Amino acid sequence: MEIRPIFASLRKHRIPAILIVLEIALACAVLCNAVFMIGKRVGDIGMSNAIDESGLSVISLDGTDPKLAASDIPRNLAALRGIAGVQAVGATSTVPLSGNNWGWSFGLKSDSLVSDKGNTNLTLYFLGAGADQALGLQLKQGRFFNADDYADSSMGSAALPVTHVTIVTESVAAQLWQGKSALGQVLYSKPSYYTVVGVVANVLRPYASTRSAQRSYAATFFPLRAESTLSSYVLRSAPQDRARIVREAEQKLGEVNPSAVAKGQTFSDIRDKYFADMRSMAWMLVLVCVVMLAVTAFGIVGLTSFWVAQRRRQIGIRRAVGATRGDILSYFRTENFLLTGMGVVIGMVLAFGINVYLMQHYEMDRMPWYYLPGSAIALWLLGQLAVLGPALRAAAVPPVVATRSA
Amino acid sequence: MFTYYLELAVRSLRRNKVLTTLMVLALGLGIGACITTLTVLKLLSGDPLPQKSAQLFYPQLDPFPLDGYVAGETKPQPIMTYTDAMNLLHAHKATHQAAMAMTNAKIASLRANAHPFYSDGVMTTSDFFGMFDAPFQYGGGWSAGDDDSRAQVVVIADFLNDKLFDGANSVGRTLRINDHDFRIVGVLKHWAPQPRFYAQELGGRSYGDGDAVFLPLHSARAAQMGAGNDNCFDTIIDLKNLETAPCIWLGVWVQLDSSSAVSDYKKFLANYAQQQIALGRFHRADTGLPDLMQWLRDEMVVPDDVRLQAGLAFGFLLICVINTVGLLLAKCLRRSPEIGVRRALGATRRTIFAQFMIEAGIVGLAGGVLGLIFAELGLFGIRHQPAEYASLAHLDLAMFAFTFVVAIVASLIAGLLPAWRACVLAPAPQLKAG
Repeated sequence: MEIRPIFASLRKHRIPAILIVLEIALACAVLCNAVFMIGKRVGDIGMSNAIDESGLSVISLDGTDPKLAASDIPRNLAALRGIAGVQAVGATSTVPLSGNNWGWSFGLKSDSLVSDKGNTNLTLYFLGAGADQALGLQLKQGRFFNADDYADSSMGSAALPVTHVTIVTESVAAQLWQGKSALGQVLYSKPSYYTVVGVVANVLRPYASTRSAQRSYAATFFPLRAESTLSSYVLRSAPQDRARIVREAEQKLGEVNPSAVAKGQTFSDIRDKYFADMRSMAWMLVLVCVVMLAVTAFGIVGLTSFWVAQRRRQIGIRRAVGATRGDILSYFRTENFLLTGMGVVIGMVLAFGINVYLMQHYEMDRMPWYYLPGSAIALWLLGQLAVLGPALRAAAVPPVVATRSA
Repeated sequence: MFTYYLELAVRSLRRNKVLTTLMVLALGLGIGACITTLTVLKLLSGDPLPQKSAQLFYPQLDPFPLDGYVAGETKPQPIMTYTDAMNLLHAHKATHQAAMAMTNAKIASLRANAHPFYSDGVMTTSDFFGMFDAPFQYGGGWSAGDDDSRAQVVVIADFLNDKLFDGANSVGRTLRINDHDFRIVGVLKHWAPQPRFYAQELGGRSYGDGDAVFLPLHSARAAQMGAGNDNCFDTIIDLKNLETAPCIWLGVWVQLDSSSAVSDYKKFLANYAQQQIALGRFHRADTGLPDLMQWLRDEMVVPDDVRLQAGLAFGFLLICVINTVGLLLAKCLRRSPEIGVRRALGATRRTIFAQFMIEAGIVGLAGGVLGLIFAELGLFGIRHQPAEYASLAHLDLAMFAFTFVVAIVASLIAGLLPAWRACVLAPAPQLKAG
């Protein structure tokens, strides 16, 4: 296909051509960044979490008398165990993505203080006996806590538990003791110290970080005997039983603890709630992209139709002197290909610029390079699709038009 | 003349219904998206206390150890230890001063056998209500004497009063909070500053409903009520005694009425930090005293996503405007013969220009009306989102008017190029071709 005549004709219709190029460029720039943001959010929403999410229900019990915890908690657990369909129960201090976090910063030297610069901030999950199974933690190395660990642990109103054992996530193990086995290593915060006895697959913290996976999985587990810190009850069941179990468990805990407040939800609800804002932002971005592409496509259709109408006579002449329908069709398609091409080149530069700006002013990562050609191809396809209708109409112009006066 | 152009414009727009619909629809979508996101942005970045915000300041100190400190880079801590908060309060260097922490209050139901429930509470000191202009429906706040004597008193919000007492005057009644009895001394009128500026960094949401109960700090602490956020910087033995622990958990606000009072207070803070360094309590000398709006900016209280959405919507509107330029241009060039005839019959360039600008304006007006519908739809959608500010998303009068400004400006900009092209058209060749 000869493209020189196309350029010659475009030069004569400079303004409509520039408008199409500009529109494509803007659409390309917005599309790149929007799709990148959608991808990031979809990734965050799907962050993996190595507990049995689909079978978990969580009941939080607040406002109990701390002095009675030693007898209340076993009684509450027994009551929950009696609910039909419950496979395992346990008490914990908090659960992933609940927003309720207790963190502390630990060092690797025996004289590490909480305020030391090189420390790592870790979430502390306190587990009552049986909670590891109820949560469905996946042991990768070492062991879970045993009966002695639970019996020998306490917390009171201190910031750190009285015990000497801890379990860490794989991410913590890899971060703190690169390459070495984490088992037997020690976390220090003077005067407390904790020896790692087990490593579990990555569990999310109560607050997940959208910036770094490493920070999202910076969690540790400690054994704790029946104390008031254990205010979340986790129940494991078949997924379809969860709604009923939440209802019954809430009611049962309310009955045995009349002065406390029991609130239950399935873990799926907790996850949905945590990521709700992110999900609605992702949908909003999708909506904008779709509408924007539609507007762009209609813009191309409109301008090209006008163009075709204006050049009916020329098309007729070309047909009369021997051009086939295919020639006319490919003329308009090539023209659109060239215009879109110029548009996406400018658009890619613009998209890169916007990404750099967003990185400076917002929590945003660098856009991987493949988003650029990706949206370029998408817009090229869109352009070809949009131009098809008007181009077919142009191809249908009969040669006889040439002989009529315009 | 104007009515004649109007008639011409309407006739021209009706001649090509598809193209006109396309233009109005695109413009309407762009404007709708812009107004929706701008309404939310305006709402979230608004001034929570317009009549008072310029006089409210948020002192900041830094009791943390020297480890990790970078001179000139490390910002003072966002909240305070109990010791520092009380020292600032007792110094009485400002017109008003109050310390506060957020808490989760267990409130007993008044009905027999009903379960208690949890509500948001504020533990604070007596100046809180006067300083923040919190309006009372019944009764009033408590006194500085009540603070010191740990009086078991409480101020409740209108919605809690409605829920528990059906809106009746409940001053003097008793409310059981965290298993302790508190006497109601005041009932607020509806009061929910947006953003909830005083809760920043204290562990609470930034938008949404107001707080349900307000209790004297010392009395609430005596009832074992916890603080929403505590951050400890040294080894601690007992978290229950936050008053003596090396932890920051309180926010302090002061009212300063003149710029000289502000500079005096800055000096006072700097001196205080130096004095604490001399005593060995502090290791860092930095202090801060942002005013309310500056504090909200420092805190970046408006979610990133909301600002991104507004930017995105403007990008989208720009695309829609370019689209309209293209389509208007196409329409106008198609009418070249008509323009030729009008020019030949004596119409000046100016009148042709005016005619086409009016046509663009009509498209803009229609786009504005459609945009308004889209914006209402968009805001309806946002109200059904899970975000904490969702219920606040309503179009106000200013934004309503602004919609039409945006619509007309956008369409006139879009109309400029086509109108100019139309008026510079030489009439003769058009007539010949026709």
